[in-house]
Amino acid sequence: MPAEGDSMYFGLTTLIAFSLGLLSACGGTPTTGGVSGVPSTIVAAITSDAGSIDGQVVTLITHDSFRVSEFTFETFTADTGVEVELLATGDTGQMLASAIMTAGNPVGDVMYGIDNTFLQRALDAELFEVYESPALGLVPPDLILDPQHRVTPIDFGDVCANYWIDRFDDELPPPTDLLDLIDPIYEGLLVVQNPETSSPGLAFLLATIAEFGDGWEEYWHSLRQNKVAVTAGWADAYYGEFVAGGGERPIVVSYASSPPAEVIYADPPVETAPTAVMVDTCFRQIEFAGILAGTDQRLAAEALIDFLLSDTFQQDIPLNMFVFPASNAAELPPVFLDHVTLPDQPHILTPAEIETNRNAWTDRWTEIVLR
Amino acid sequence: MTRGLRPIFLAAVPAGFLGIFFLYPVISIVGRGLSGEGFSRLTELASSATFRGVVWFTFWQATVSTCLTVFLAFPGSYLLARYQFRGKALLRALTTVPFVLPTVVVGSAFSALFGRLSFDSGALGLHHTVWAIIGAHVFFNIAVILRTVGAFWEGLDPLFEEQAYVLGTGKWRTFRMVTLPRLGPAIAASASIVFLFCTTSFGVILILGGSRRATLETEIWRHAVWRGDMRSATAMALVQLMAVVAMVVVSNWLQRKRGIVQRRSSRSQPRPSRSLLLGNLTLLTVVLALPILVLFERSIAVKGGYSFRNYLALIHKVDFLPVSVLATLKNSLIFAVIATILAVVVGGLAAFSIVNWRGWWAHMLDLGMMLPLGVSAVTLGFGMLVALDQPPLDLRTSRWLVPVAHSLIGVPFVIRILLPALRSIDNRLREAAAVLGASPFRVVREIDLQIVRKAAVVSAAFAFAVSLGEFGATSFLPRHPDRITAPVALFRLLGTPGDLLRGQAMALAVVLMLLTGTCVLLIELFGRSRLGNVRGDL
Repeated sequence: MPAEGDSMYFGLTTLIAFSLGLLSACGGTPTTGGVSGVPSTIVAAITSDAGSIDGQVVTLITHDSFRVSEFTFETFTADTGVEVELLATGDTGQMLASAIMTAGNPVGDVMYGIDNTFLQRALDAELFEVYESPALGLVPPDLILDPQHRVTPIDFGDVCANYWIDRFDDELPPPTDLLDLIDPIYEGLLVVQNPETSSPGLAFLLATIAEFGDGWEEYWHSLRQNKVAVTAGWADAYYGEFVAGGGERPIVVSYASSPPAEVIYADPPVETAPTAVMVDTCFRQIEFAGILAGTDQRLAAEALIDFLLSDTFQQDIPLNMFVFPASNAAELPPVFLDHVTLPDQPHILTPAEIETNRNAWTDRWTEIVLR
Repeated sequence: MTRGLRPIFLAAVPAGFLGIFFLYPVISIVGRGLSGEGFSRLTELASSATFRGVVWFTFWQATVSTCLTVFLAFPGSYLLARYQFRGKALLRALTTVPFVLPTVVVGSAFSALFGRLSFDSGALGLHHTVWAIIGAHVFFNIAVILRTVGAFWEGLDPLFEEQAYVLGTGKWRTFRMVTLPRLGPAIAASASIVFLFCTTSFGVILILGGSRRATLETEIWRHAVWRGDMRSATAMALVQLMAVVAMVVVSNWLQRKRGIVQRRSSRSQPRPSRSLLLGNLTLLTVVLALPILVLFERSIAVKGGYSFRNYLALIHKVDFLPVSVLATLKNSLIFAVIATILAVVVGGLAAFSIVNWRGWWAHMLDLGMMLPLGVSAVTLGFGMLVALDQPPLDLRTSRWLVPVAHSLIGVPFVIRILLPALRSIDNRLREAAAVLGASPFRVVREIDLQIVRKAAVVSAAFAFAVSLGEFGATSFLPRHPDRITAPVALFRLLGTPGDLLRGQAMALAVVLMLLTGTCVLLIELFGRSRLGNVRGDL
């Protein structure tokens, strides 16, 4: 599939989560084992259910880029007696389309990884059952996009333009905002993904719409004049056109946490990332989990949602999926914090706005940029 | 006719397989999409100029890709068919290697190649053009023609050509008047496979076409997955299905029109002249080896030089994957072995029934078994999810579903490769054997199986390689993370920034190619020795 790279979500924290993380990193009580960090009432709630759900197997449907450390779910099984079976079904778009196809007779009990660009479509299809997790108290309110709690926020990140630091200097300073990208001095330097086939591509289009309102069409006319390159998916942009894979273009649409990944997976090891993020170009993506309507293991599914918000799982998120945990209580790994950039005000649009307009927007985008 | 063996019973196996795992899912999904106002979408589409453009481009690029592939494969087929040389088996195995390469990897190899040959801009610019798409299709599919036509050609007695020479006919004229007509069925069979492959090609169009080109396949996917518009997707899938049916009907008719009786030649093959061998190797190097070499170079390129450390890293558990790379290769192998066995059994029974059972139903079976190759991965994948969801067929999370889906795509290869060989069997041989007192089973074993053994081996090799490389339909099926296959693992490595992951992905791509090449070689060595030498027996 061409969009394989797209379902990698990178991101930046809200100020609250960030400062809490820093606080705990600077000597706050380190948390260990179990579902620690979650208030004891929640643990009690989980364990009181344990009698009825003990021995059940709950199936968690994810996108292909879902990743978790080896023994994370064993903690859950030890606490609740419930085993977790994982099923991956393609990228986020495929996962959602499959879930809509099988609505009412779902393949699994809980689905994880639906993001705010697809959320409204999932809600319109009535995929999820209402469940208000007690652990939601630890999640910043601006991440809770569904007031009816059909879905629960688990993580978030930002899609931003990245640039290759070495390709810029005093003569050609690094671009800083969206308007710089249409400046003729940056002609032919940017590569973006097609918003009709790629998740970061869509997020970047949404960032320009959030920034310029109706002026977004003119902006893209200018980007085209400035010789923007378009690829189908993230991987062919980042590893095909962008400098990182041997390409020529030094600016690419990627994630705010691509720089930490460039450090963690560097070969040979490096001290600083070769790339940096343009913080004013970011669009926030929030990923949710929900209990699939039609499950016959409602209690076990609830316990799994609670677990996804527990410190055990939340702290496991950053270095596996390169996004930020939704829970304020989760500590962030230093290597992640050291190299990640924090956009003060990422662009955002409501799921309803996105779903109502996306096909019209992407049709128009195709006419402007590709025809 | 092989009396006693009732083809109708044999046909029940492939027909049932096709019915349960293909027709039922596809009819379910199409019926679902077209219920209510779905049909009006179909008429809307028909009047849309954009959509007509998509249909036109789909079949235009498939036709051009197929013709070019046939043309470029011809010299190689001739070399493989008529000459004996060192490394022939190796060369044959190597040509099937591209099948397993994920498009994103081939795409980047091609881009790098265009860059190095300065083909990425200017008058010779190939980057993000239709010619890049066609070039990649030739790269992926040349083996299909090369091997199928090559194996069939090998079985043709060169006596006819020699007689023509003796009568003073020129070489070119002999080829045109004597050789080409006899090769017709094999060319039509393999070209129809290539055509269907190019029709439903996905990653090549998106990645190498640079977003500006759309085919039915990419449009079905875009509407179903990105736009959430199943109605349009289904209407398009129906258009694709009808077009594929029409195309298969024509090509099957072409293949049946001339049954070629093969007379086996028992003479040993000559060595090729130096210029023939060199010319062929140069051609194959340009088409096949250059992109592969670029890929290999990338797998050993590390900062400041070359090293094999990416390969060493694969032996240990790659941090980024849920299981070790060896485990993903093992998963791929297990799926491929099951899929190959299923494809050869189902496809073999189908081919045998089609040849021996000349009724209307045989034509339908022949047509039906080809369709999985020309139907969108979205249609098949979602169809399986929707249809196979109730006991006794609740197979959605079954570990068998992936190899079954793979084998559906392998079966057309088996049938198309076996049919020309089966049809070429001189019925007098069978009759003679029967007259001499051989039982019907013995007739099949001694005559049919022996004569089609080469074709069977080639078809098994293809079914195997197709399974190893497939991830269209299967990406729609739910998978357990510990059962991920090597191509999926490769994608995941390429989904996150970092030189380490990219280097390991490239190394894994090379390992996957080596594994495919080795397995294909083993299948052929085993097949050829195990099934015995036919020449002395008849």
